[in-house]
Amino acid sequence: MSNDFVVPAIVAVTLVTVAIGFYGLRLARTTSDFLVASRVVSPTWNAAAIGGEYLSAASFLGVAGLILKYGVDVLWYPVGFAAGYLALLLFVAAPLRRSGAFTLPDFCELRLGSRRLRTLATAFVIFIGWLYLVPQLQGAGLTLATLAGSPYPVGALVVAVVVTANVALGGMRAVTFVQAFQYWLKLTALAVPAIFLALHWQADGRPEVTPPDGPIFRTATTVVVEHRAVLTLPDGQSREVRPGDELTFAAGEPVPEVSGVATRASDWLLPSTAGSDDRGLFATYSLILATFLGTMGLPHVLVRFYTNPDGAAARRTTLVVLALVGGFYLLPTIYGVLGRIYTPKLLVSGQTDAVVVLLPEAALGAGTTGRLLAALVAAGAFAAFLSTSSGLLTSVAGVISTDVLGRGSVRGFRIATVIAGGVPLILALNVSGLDVSQVVGLAFAVAASSFCPLLVLGIWWRGLTDAGAAAGILVGGGAAVTAVLITVLGPPLTGWPATLTAQPAAWTVPLAFTVMVAVSLATRRRAPADTGRTMLRLHAPDSLRL
Amino acid sequence: MVLAEVSRRQHRAGGTRTELTQQTRVGETLIRGLVRAQLALAVQLSAVVLVGLGGLPWLFAIAPSVGRMTVLGVNLPWLLLGVLSFPFLVAVGWTYVRLAERNEQDFADLVQRPER
Repeated sequence: MSNDFVVPAIVAVTLVTVAIGFYGLRLARTTSDFLVASRVVSPTWNAAAIGGEYLSAASFLGVAGLILKYGVDVLWYPVGFAAGYLALLLFVAAPLRRSGAFTLPDFCELRLGSRRLRTLATAFVIFIGWLYLVPQLQGAGLTLATLAGSPYPVGALVVAVVVTANVALGGMRAVTFVQAFQYWLKLTALAVPAIFLALHWQADGRPEVTPPDGPIFRTATTVVVEHRAVLTLPDGQSREVRPGDELTFAAGEPVPEVSGVATRASDWLLPSTAGSDDRGLFATYSLILATFLGTMGLPHVLVRFYTNPDGAAARRTTLVVLALVGGFYLLPTIYGVLGRIYTPKLLVSGQTDAVVVLLPEAALGAGTTGRLLAALVAAGAFAAFLSTSSGLLTSVAGVISTDVLGRGSVRGFRIATVIAGGVPLILALNVSGLDVSQVVGLAFAVAASSFCPLLVLGIWWRGLTDAGAAAGILVGGGAAVTAVLITVLGPPLTGWPATLTAQPAAWTVPLAFTVMVAVSLATRRRAPADTGRTMLRLHAPDSLRL
Repeated sequence: MVLAEVSRRQHRAGGTRTELTQQTRVGETLIRGLVRAQLALAVQLSAVVLVGLGGLPWLFAIAPSVGRMTVLGVNLPWLLLGVLSFPFLVAVGWTYVRLAERNEQDFADLVQRPER
């Protein structure tokens, strides 16, 4: 399948992004310095920029894919991705802005005055940044492969090169305007096709989302399997399929049960219940904890808070972000649900992450409308890859150049950018089999088990010491990192070990908090002498100007 | 000009501001009170979310019939999670911003109260 509108749409988005980036930079240079320029931006613009940077491939493609595949249980992903901003608002936003910290390592040094802790935080920023960059590149590869028929590595390579070059040349750095534009583009790119799809579904006689006998193929379909699975055919026979296998189904034929996919209507429609599936409940709570608490620890999220003029503005901006992001997350569900009707073949092929980009043509046909809408979605998806990867890359390259290479020069930043962009590209080329949203979920789990306790305790508890913070990050964050590595690289697991490593937050977050508090209490003498002054700075109202 | 402004401000703010910046016992007590009030507010509102949203998986698990209920043809869990959770989160956030700003205003009034 190839759609001749897709490539021009993607090229246009990329060019507009680069162009606005360079234009914005020139604008920023003329106003003495970019921080001053960005501080005259209103909370609404700033919030749209934060939202634009935050809504990544996982939100744009992954959430709908997961809903198509697993149903109601994964609705916690969008809820958690949005609720993360509430946790950020309640516990972090205003004090963090008042602290004047630009990055997480900065915060460590400001609050606890320890260079060693700063180094440790740097390592975690880099790890989380890379873990989060991989699925962005993966999503790009997948989208181009599905829509333009290019091999998987091409899309990943294109985004990695464009973003690395753009960040290295300074085009994208902290230009609020680009990111704000990306937010509205992404919202439009999902909302407009969603309206067409809903109308089409109405006109189609409102076919059932969950027919009593399971999903069926509405038209004759040929499926090329992408991921290994075991199919259970309607006559009870089971069959193992491998990547590359071709299966054909006649119109009206039921979709076979696929291993690891909620094919049956009841599994998909109803939440997992107690007794039958305790692991499901544990995984759900673990996911909730990771997403609620992980957002505040993502490197590219915190940097943006510095562009608020003061603590009160940071709070208002966060509230607007919560509303913008929440509004966006109403949309992927529509794609996941309608995908059950119009793209059941993705359940068999295993490429559920492609549902957003394939659904418009599958439902509306390959006429001009369907192809134009597909191109619009593809453009939105590329906006998602570009904006999130640029934000991440800027943060990771920033800490690499200042904390690892140790030189603040432009040349150092460029070298750091190439390193920061190259590593995730190599990883992305080798892990195409993972769900985009699952990898992102793991990044959230690591952030929630390392930086969340550091920020929350650092802001609210005078007793935190550098030794306590380091121990908590090492033990909690280390446990989460181990779980990630086992999930991504290790052998396939089953039962409780699989659940505990695939969704580690429910045990690693409490562990991190406990260790951090216990070690801080044991090393009480190491608490910085100026904690009182720092607390005053973090919490005193901006209007007092102390 | 700038110096004049600073001295005027100090004159107006009086001694409480100095208590804060000089880290005296009174200043410490004041700022501790503010931190405690803000933390209590944040914890209370997270408890609202914890019960309102965090209770749902547990509710669906122990009472499967709730999960099977439908409203306007949509299963209740889909409606609650997919649609209503987002306005709920925004409402909690809005409440927080209002109350946190009020706490800060109270604190600022206390500090800037004219000295007798």
